[in-house]
Amino acid sequence: MNPDKTNTLTLCDHCGDTCYRHPVLLGEKVFCCEGCRSVYQILNENDLCAYYDLNNHPGITQKSTIRKDKFAFLDNPDIAGKLIQYTDGTQTHVTFYLPQIHCSSCLWLLENIRRINPALQSSRVNFTKKEVFIVFDPALISLRQVVETLTHIGYEPHLSLEEVSSAQLRQIDRTRWYKIGLAGFCFANIMMMSFPEYFSGGEILEPIIKTTLTSIIIFLSLPVITYCASEFFTNAWNGLKNKHLNIDAPIALALVITFGRSMYELYTGTGSGYLDSMSGIVFFMLVGRWLQDRTYQTISFDRDFRAFFPIAVNVLKDNTIQSVPVDKIRANDIIQIHHEELIPADGMLSKGSAEIDYSFVTGESLPVSVNKGEIIYAGGKQTEGVIELIVVKEVSQSYLTNLWNKDSLQDASTTSYSFIDALSKYFTYIVLVIGMIAGGYWLWQGQPQLMWNALTTIMIVACPCALLLSANFTRGNILRILSRNKFYLKNAGVIESLSKIDTIVFDKTGTLTQSNKMKVRYEGQVLTPELKTQIASMVVHSNHPLSKAVLQYLDTPASLTPESFKIIANKGIEGWMEEHHFKIGSPSFTGTDEESKKESKVAVTMDNQPIGVFHVTNAYRIGIFDLFKSLVPGYKLALISGDNQAEQAILREKMGTESELLFDQSPHDKLAYITYLKENKKANVLMIGDGLNDAGALKESNVGLAVCDDDNNFTPAADGIIHASKVSVLDKILGYVRSGRSIIMFSFGISIIYNIIGLYFAVQGTLSPIIAAILMPCSSISIILITYGLSQLFARKYKLA
Amino acid sequence: MSAIILLLLVSIGIAAGFLLAFFWSVRDGQFDDDFSPARRILFEDDNKVKNDASATLSNRK
Repeated sequence: MNPDKTNTLTLCDHCGDTCYRHPVLLGEKVFCCEGCRSVYQILNENDLCAYYDLNNHPGITQKSTIRKDKFAFLDNPDIAGKLIQYTDGTQTHVTFYLPQIHCSSCLWLLENIRRINPALQSSRVNFTKKEVFIVFDPALISLRQVVETLTHIGYEPHLSLEEVSSAQLRQIDRTRWYKIGLAGFCFANIMMMSFPEYFSGGEILEPIIKTTLTSIIIFLSLPVITYCASEFFTNAWNGLKNKHLNIDAPIALALVITFGRSMYELYTGTGSGYLDSMSGIVFFMLVGRWLQDRTYQTISFDRDFRAFFPIAVNVLKDNTIQSVPVDKIRANDIIQIHHEELIPADGMLSKGSAEIDYSFVTGESLPVSVNKGEIIYAGGKQTEGVIELIVVKEVSQSYLTNLWNKDSLQDASTTSYSFIDALSKYFTYIVLVIGMIAGGYWLWQGQPQLMWNALTTIMIVACPCALLLSANFTRGNILRILSRNKFYLKNAGVIESLSKIDTIVFDKTGTLTQSNKMKVRYEGQVLTPELKTQIASMVVHSNHPLSKAVLQYLDTPASLTPESFKIIANKGIEGWMEEHHFKIGSPSFTGTDEESKKESKVAVTMDNQPIGVFHVTNAYRIGIFDLFKSLVPGYKLALISGDNQAEQAILREKMGTESELLFDQSPHDKLAYITYLKENKKANVLMIGDGLNDAGALKESNVGLAVCDDDNNFTPAADGIIHASKVSVLDKILGYVRSGRSIIMFSFGISIIYNIIGLYFAVQGTLSPIIAAILMPCSSISIILITYGLSQLFARKYKLA
Repeated sequence: MSAIILLLLVSIGIAAGFLLAFFWSVRDGQFDDDFSPARRILFEDDNKVKNDASATLSNRK
């Protein structure tokens, strides 16, 4: 053996993964598995290899093979009908969600898919939503074949129950664009039409021109007040209906007064009105709201269990297999689950050997073996072979699904009001008092005309638009900077909830520890390169996470082929290679070491002689202990884990003596603990978790953050999604979010200076439209600049930019 | 003086034209995806496929 050659690992030309096994060769190309090679072949045959020129290793690994009949359920017209958006016999339109879309190569390939099969007439990718819209000829190709074609080139559509029920509602709301465009148009033109009046002082105009200008201004202002500003009126009304004065109420009032007074002035010819300022402020407020509400289309924050479950499942009835939609499964049905498939309903194992990966549910990455007659819970994934289950509970009644049906979570939209609303209330009261005093003074002076003048202009000046603008632009900027740090919040309201947090509850597995990376420690005989290669060549045949961890640790190509080998589910692998008998697996399997609850062990024997043991533990995320150190002074920490207490000692040391550490917690326990903290301790709880087992707790907490390893990973419903690599800078993120309030207050303070200048004129009854028209844009633009500058500055302070 | 009025109306009319163009582009979905159009234009491609694709897409409305 040439050590140089065997110790260099090559990268797959399709997906860029390390080729541990004998690389699959095709011409000069190297692939890590048959799957990747066949994708390349398809692309090569159809002259689509530009896919590989656009990006390095654009492919998606094809190691997990897809079962032949996996998409048979799409032949069922009921299910297919739910996915199809439109069909007329010659054309069928369908949109698929492809979470694999990640680069321009994907875009190029999917839009050229008709070269693979001309029956696919056209395809269009929406990159931000990771969707592809396909038009195909139903006479030539079936929906199932379309899905299979996509799957063959590595883009398996994500088909779920949720997808099916929402296929019809895939409409995008574009009204805000229309409103902003229209308000901007009206604002600019009204301003232009007002210039002659401003510059001439309102005297030298010809009457006919004056009438024309006035009519145009009135005409342009109508859509602003009736259409563009409509959301302020509806928000204010909704607030008042719930007996709450929100910030929209004084704004709506100011808009009405401004509009009414302007109409009066224009009608009587006593002035030129404030319609330009009014439409300007509507325009800026809409832009601010747009910036704040810009959502992340690729990320879904409201996934419930339906997004995780398959559409259909194979049911055995009278010795035939039928595809039945998941929601039609009833108790006592016998369902068949193939490898890598999710179990949709709680069931009793009746046939086959079950190796259930509950990582979806518990975050625990090692599969569990289940014996015949035992219950398997929905959400688990079968890892090897085919099993049959007798359904015990329907999908909607399952243990896991129950988390979503809790009463406490149904009305989770408890109305929490922003400090902005409270502030605007005081602001409005103060302004009303000033208005009363000024009005009273002029009445006392015997000038009722001036009284009305002062009263209305004060209302116009004092509209808390500046406060709303500060809040909207600051939050918009914060959201943008956080998203650059792979921290995505559901909406701007979460910023404020986050800044009030005093208790942080962590999940362990998958949150504090890395879910796909294990720490491996080896003990035993020195591993020679030869031995390394032999062990690697054995474990490469097993898909068990522990085997993968060992393989990664060895970092050696599996260049040998065993003469024979046998995989014993959840035990290990044994076989013959180079005249030696190898047994690799759990200590009870090899009979050389003792099992331990603390860590997983992979023992190796050669010809029944112990070689050594790999100790595999979950690795903590880098920087997680430093995070605890900086969080302990400011927050109360807690840990709530579904795991056993093995890690208690180290966590106690790192998280401090004050922290509560709870182990062996079920999903329902987690939920109950959060409720307890909220109700008995009056805490504002931030929950950070990943798996579906945290779903209840995430929803119940004041702010629930879901951790995801990959941008396209599926996360349970949460208020925010944080990328796994950023969990360790949580302290900085929380600090930054808290500074948001100071930014809002500061820029609002600046805008109050403008307000005072305006009020100075207004109380005297001399606020002319031209002063209003200068002050309003100045104040708005300075707010935009200040909020932008400060949020950038604070981001740099917290090293987030 | 009527010239000024005419000019006013013409200028508003032109601006309104741009506003309509904006509405049309929003309706067309040009503001929905800001990644793919920028890349799509860079792909070297035979035009036939492209034209067909956009033709089918506009039929869909």
